[in-house]
Amino acid sequence: MEEPNTDVIQGTLDMLILKTLSLQPMHGFGIARRVEQISQGVFKVNPGSLLTALQRLERAGWLDAEWRVTKHSRRAKFYNLTRAGRKQLEVETADWTRRVSAVARLLNARLLKVEG
Amino acid sequence: MSLWRQIARGLRVLTNRSAADQDVSDEVQHYLDHAAAAHVARGLSHDAAIRAARLELGNVTSVREQVRGYGWENMVGMVLADLRYAARRLRAAPAFTAIAVLTLALGIGGTTAIFSALNPILFEPLPYPHADRIMMIVEMNSDGSRNDGTFGMYRGLVERTRSFDAIAVLKSWQPTMTGADQPERFDGQRVSASYFRVLGVSPIVGRDFQPSDDRLNGPNVVILTDALWRRRFGADPAIVGRQITLDDNRYSVIGVMPGGFENLLAPSADVWAPMQYDMSQGRAWGHHLRTVGRLRPGVSVEQATRELGVLGRAVLNEQHPETYGRGVAFIASPLRDDVTRSVKPALLAILGAVMLVLVIACVNVTNLLLARGVQRRSEFALRAALGAERGRLIRQLLTESLLLAAIGGVAGMGVATLGLRALVALSPPGFPRVAAIRIDSAVFLFGLGITTLIGLAFGLVPALRAARSDPHRELQHGSSRTVGGHRRTRGALVVAEVAIALVLLVSSGLLLRSLQRLFAVPVGFDSSHLLTMQVQTSRPRFRYDSSTHRSFTLTQDAVRRVPGVTAAAFTSQLPLSGDRDEYGVRFESSPEGYSTFRYAVSPGYIETMRIPLRRGRLFDDHDGAGAPLVALISESLAKRKFAGEDPIGRRLSIGPVDGYTIVGVVGDVKQMSLALSESDAVYITQGQWPFADNAMSLVVRVRDDATALVPAIREAVWSVDKDQPVVRVATMDNLLAATAAERRFALILFEAFALAALVLAAAGIYGVLSGSVAERTREIGVRSALGASRTSILALVLSEGMTLTGLGVAIGLAGAAAATQAIVTMLFGVSLLDPITYLGVIGLLVLVSAIACAIPAWRAARVDPSSTLRAE
Repeated sequence: MEEPNTDVIQGTLDMLILKTLSLQPMHGFGIARRVEQISQGVFKVNPGSLLTALQRLERAGWLDAEWRVTKHSRRAKFYNLTRAGRKQLEVETADWTRRVSAVARLLNARLLKVEG
Repeated sequence: MSLWRQIARGLRVLTNRSAADQDVSDEVQHYLDHAAAAHVARGLSHDAAIRAARLELGNVTSVREQVRGYGWENMVGMVLADLRYAARRLRAAPAFTAIAVLTLALGIGGTTAIFSALNPILFEPLPYPHADRIMMIVEMNSDGSRNDGTFGMYRGLVERTRSFDAIAVLKSWQPTMTGADQPERFDGQRVSASYFRVLGVSPIVGRDFQPSDDRLNGPNVVILTDALWRRRFGADPAIVGRQITLDDNRYSVIGVMPGGFENLLAPSADVWAPMQYDMSQGRAWGHHLRTVGRLRPGVSVEQATRELGVLGRAVLNEQHPETYGRGVAFIASPLRDDVTRSVKPALLAILGAVMLVLVIACVNVTNLLLARGVQRRSEFALRAALGAERGRLIRQLLTESLLLAAIGGVAGMGVATLGLRALVALSPPGFPRVAAIRIDSAVFLFGLGITTLIGLAFGLVPALRAARSDPHRELQHGSSRTVGGHRRTRGALVVAEVAIALVLLVSSGLLLRSLQRLFAVPVGFDSSHLLTMQVQTSRPRFRYDSSTHRSFTLTQDAVRRVPGVTAAAFTSQLPLSGDRDEYGVRFESSPEGYSTFRYAVSPGYIETMRIPLRRGRLFDDHDGAGAPLVALISESLAKRKFAGEDPIGRRLSIGPVDGYTIVGVVGDVKQMSLALSESDAVYITQGQWPFADNAMSLVVRVRDDATALVPAIREAVWSVDKDQPVVRVATMDNLLAATAAERRFALILFEAFALAALVLAAAGIYGVLSGSVAERTREIGVRSALGASRTSILALVLSEGMTLTGLGVAIGLAGAAAATQAIVTMLFGVSLLDPITYLGVIGLLVLVSAIACAIPAWRAARVDPSSTLRAE
C-alpha cells in the first residue's frame, strides 16, 4: 500500500453516504467502493458501520431501500435518496463547510495577530 | 413521519425476526461477494480473493450482529431475553422463589389492603361536588370541646352570612313505619330544606325539599334512599306521591336519592324529613343540632371562620346577651376533618405499622438475594470474564428482582383482596366510609408503585455489589473462602429487622395491655346473662297519655312471665349502648347545676341490672304517677354534692321538673364508654316523668343462654301490641365488647403485623446464620480439628446470632420509645414505657431469635473436621 488509509472521520459517514447516493442508487458495497475511489483511498469504510448506518438512515426516512435480483440471481439491497434525504444532505454539507472553514481559519491564524 | 417509520419497521422486524435476519445476512453476503469479485478483477485467484475480502470485512458474524443490533426492537428483544433468563433462574431455585414471593406478597398485600381502607377517608375527595367547600359549623368551648349547634344560631347565621351559599341543620330521627306486615324502625334524619343543596346532590326521582316544606305544621313529606326504596317498596316506579305511615302520621314520599349517594353525616340514614322546627317550645337555644354549610366559591376556610366569629357574637348579643356566649367560638371545619377526626391518628398509626412490615419483608428478600448472590458470584465472574458489560449484568440482576417483585405484587393483590374483606368484616361500627372501601385504580396504582420501588430497591444492593466485584479475583477464589464484607451487610439488615420487629411488638403489647386494663374497669352492674333490646311504642311523639305507660308495664309483665327470665325492666337509656341523655340537675338551696345522666326506669331496673344500693331504698311499685316524686342518685354525684352529709331526704329538680326527693344512693355505672369516668346520674320512675319516652330499652336477666330466649321474648312483646318494633337486640356482653371495638380493631391489626414481623425477623436471623455457617464450614472444621469442643463451636455461632439480636433490640428500644407516640391516643391505663410490655417483648424476641440461631449452631457443632478438610 502506497498511502496509509484511515477510517472515515467520526460523524461524517452519514454525509458521505447521502452524497454518494445523491449521484445514483447503489448497494452497500458500491457505496463503500465509491467512497474509497473518490477519496483516492484516503478513507476506508468499515462494513459493519456502513451497513448499520444505512439502516439508521433508512429508519430516519432519508433513504429508501429496495431488494433487487442481480444478474447472478442474487438478492441485493439497493438504496436511493428520498426528498428528506436530499434536504438533510444540504444541511449536513452546509454544516460541514462551516466547520471546515473555521478549522482552516484557526490553522492559518498568525502569531503576531494574537500579540497585537 | 420518521417516528412512524421507526415504529413500523421495528414492529415488522419483531413480528418476523427470521426474515429480517435473512435480509441482514443476505446483505452482508452480497457485500462479501462484491468485495471478492473486486479482488478477482485485480488479478487475485478466486480463493485468495475471498480470503482478502474476509480480511477486509472482518468477522462476518460480528458484522452481522452489529447490523442486527440496530433499532429499538432489539432492546425489546434484549429485555425479553433477560426476562426469560430471569424466569429460568427463579424456576431453578423454587424454594428461594417461593419464600421470596410469599414474603413480598404479605408485605405488598398488607400495605395495599390498608391503603385501600384508608384511601376513601384520608386521600380521596369526599363523594360530593366541590366537597372541599362543605364545612361543619362548630361551636367550640374555650377548652377545645365542641357543643352541638342551636336552631337560634342557625337562623341568625342564615340571615347574615356572606361566606356560605347555603347552611343546613340536621338531627337524627328514628321513625317507626307501620301499616305494612311488620313494623320497622328506620334510621333517618330531620334536616332543614337546604340540606341536600349543601351536599350538592339532589334526588334522582322526584324533587328536593323546598323552603315551603320546612315550616312548622308544614306538609309531611319524606325523601328515601335508593336502598330503602328497593328493599321496602320493590323499586316502585310510582313511588312519588305514595303515602306511608311513620309514627302514626301520614307522610307522602316526594323523592328518592341516587343509588351511589353516600350520606357521610349519618351513614345509616334511610329517610329524610324536613326539620319543621318549633321555635315556640323554647328549645331554640338547646344544643341538639348539627350545622353544615357550603362555602361560596373562592371563600377560604379562614375567611369563613373569621366571619362566623363576628356573626356568632352579633347573634348572641342580640338574642342572649345575659347568659350565653362567653368563651365560645364559632369555626368552620372542613367536613373531611370532621368525619375523620376521631379515627385519623389510629389509622395513620396502622398505616405506619404496615409500612414497617413491608420494610421488613423487603429487607428479608434483599437478604435472600444477597445469599444467592454469594452462590452466584462465580456465575457473574464468568460472564464478566466472557465480555458481558457491567451495565448488562446490573440490568440482568434488576430484571430478576423486578420479576420477583412483580410476581410478589400479583400475589400481593390477591392477599390485598382477601385482607380487605377481613378488614371490612373486622372494622368497628362507625368506621367512616366503609362502603367506599374497594380495590380501584388508585389502589392498583399504589400496589404497582410499591412493587416497582421494591423491585428496584432490593435489586440494586446485590446488583451494585456484583458490578463492583473483580471477576479476576472472584474466579481465582472460587466460592470457598470467607466473605467478610458481605456478611456485614447482611448482619446490618438483620439488625434492622429485629429493631423494626421490636417496635411493632412493643406497640401491640401496649395496645394489648390497654385492652386488658379497659376490661378490668368495673362497669357498675353485672353484665353476664343480660339481654337488652329497644322497644318502641307506635304512638305519635311528645303525646303523653297513660296508655303509653300502661303498654310498657304490660310488656314488662309479659316478658317476666317467659320461662328462663329471672327479671326484666325498662330504662330510657341503656348503658354502653350509645344512648346519651343528660339533664341539668339542681339541688334545693343551691343555684349550682350539675349535668347528669337521667334514667327514667321502671321499678325493678336497679335490681335487674344488679347495681349496688349504697344507702336508702330502691323504687317500688308505689312510686308511680300521683305518689310523691322520688329519685335515686349515683354515688359519685352524692360525693360531689353531699361530701360527708346524708343526701337522703334532700330535694332536687331535674331539667324543668321540680320537687323530687332523694330516697337512695346507688353505685356508679359506665354510660358512654369504659374509658370515660363520667358517672353522675339520677334515676326516676317513668310514671313520675311528665314526658313519655316513646322508645325504651328492655333489660332482661336470664338464667342461661341469653340469645336462645330472644324469639320467646319478642313474642311476649308482640303479644301486648303487634305494632311495637323490637330493635337493637344484643347481650350486654356484646355491648361491652363493642365499646372497645376501635381499640380491638387496632390491636388485631397490630398483633398481625407484629407477628409477621417476628416471623420474618426470625427467618432473617436463621438465613444469615445458616449462610454464615455454610461459608465457614472449613473454618469450623479447622477449629474442631485443632481441639475446639462442640460446646465452644455452638457458643461461637450462637453468640454471632445473639449479638445481632442484641444490637437490633438496642436500636429498636430507641425506635419504640419514639414510635409509640403515634398510638398514644389508643392507650388506656398504661404508660408509654410500660416496663412489663418492654420486658415481655424483649424476652419474646430473645427467645425466638435463640431458636432461630439454635438450628444453624447445632449444624455447625456437627461439622466433621476430617471430611471438611479432605474436601479442600
